[in-house]
Amino acid sequence: MRISTERATSHRTVTILSILLLGLLWVVAAGLTADPQVLPSPFALAAPFRQELANGELLYHLGQTVVRVLWAFALAMGLGIALGLVMGRSEAVNRWLDPWLVIFLNLPALVLIVLCYLWIGLTETAAIVAVTLNKIPNVTTVIREGARAMDPQLDAMARIYRIGWRRRMAHIVLPQLAPFITAAARSGIAVIWKIVLVVEFLGRSSGIGFQIHLYFQLFDVAMVLVYALSFICVMLLVEWLVLQPWERRVRRWRQA
Amino acid sequence: MIRVRIEAKHFGEAQVLGRVHFDIAPGECVALVGPSGIGKSTILRILAGTDEDFTGHVDRPERMAVVFQEPTLLPWRNVIQNLTLVHPDLGTEGARAALDRVGLAGKETLFPGQLSLGQQRRLALARGFATPPDLLIMDEPFASLDAETAERMLALTESLMATTRPATLFVTHDRAEAERLADRILRLDGAPATLAEIT
Repeated sequence: MRISTERATSHRTVTILSILLLGLLWVVAAGLTADPQVLPSPFALAAPFRQELANGELLYHLGQTVVRVLWAFALAMGLGIALGLVMGRSEAVNRWLDPWLVIFLNLPALVLIVLCYLWIGLTETAAIVAVTLNKIPNVTTVIREGARAMDPQLDAMARIYRIGWRRRMAHIVLPQLAPFITAAARSGIAVIWKIVLVVEFLGRSSGIGFQIHLYFQLFDVAMVLVYALSFICVMLLVEWLVLQPWERRVRRWRQA
Repeated sequence: MIRVRIEAKHFGEAQVLGRVHFDIAPGECVALVGPSGIGKSTILRILAGTDEDFTGHVDRPERMAVVFQEPTLLPWRNVIQNLTLVHPDLGTEGARAALDRVGLAGKETLFPGQLSLGQQRRLALARGFATPPDLLIMDEPFASLDAETAERMLALTESLMATTRPATLFVTHDRAEAERLADRILRLDGAPATLAEIT
């Protein structure tokens, strides 16, 4: 117990040091550039950050982006897991859907976004559909691998004992998929928020992407950085407070 | 009555099973012996209903249990959940009693990975007998155990079978095991394999 606590502490120290090192690199780069129009130093961001926080702009746009990310994430994970599971379990379904998967995997995000806006209109639905469609193929690919790696013996056991569908999903299928679901969620949330920003940049009047678009037109690098960094902080919190604890929980049986 | 009427079973072009007809009466233990690779496990899967791609017909009861050579437990659920998830009607008390019968009392909250292989197999056995099945299928449950552990597992299985008396199909390559547990021994032989009853 003590050893693992010590190890956790030293892990945390490394994490903090590594982030500080990145900050130092930024300070040095800003010093060498010597032009706050191009790259302001991290300390120069404090004032605009406080200003945006005080007038409520930052929190409003942050909230809008978070809501879109959550919607797209939930939809992409839900549909992607279902699709990946079916394709991994049934060779016939896989043969039919695999070409679609390859096409959607290789369809540029921008094309899907533009088409969604053209077909559905410049609406919230179009924005979320565009992001979801962009992410589903990746989730499906990862989950399909997981479904293929499932233990056929456990399957036979479940069938012979006639374990019901819900029980089988909750206690036999999903625990086997857990590492694949975490991997998909990890890469998923990162990719989704990036695409959400593009969607907001192109066709929404709120959100971090919209604000970046605005300050891009004003050539205000400091504000672009303030908005981008704020959202990165939110994502780091999600990683540390949600994803990592959940991962530890589902891995508990391995360490026991 | 359990009735197996297999006329043929193919894997691709190759026919592995010919005419295999046998019945298992309630409470009867039938052993299936034969060299490895002859098709014993294929018959087992057909009887269990996990392989439906064959010519013929099988009558099987609703409530079945299985003990594989591998323990086939849920490593991410603890010992007692491994029983209660498979047998929802059992309840915690029933599960404790089932663990007690195989000598695993006190291990309820451990994960299967924390048990020895012998203990894992006893847990698989407890799962098989927890709610008395109408048909018990055992696939080489004593293979690759050291002599002492195998003997203890055999004795335990004998006593569990004596109290619950399920109809049993017991697949093994070991004649001594078959003679000890079974009322009747079927031998599988030939290509495509067919049955020859011995006792």
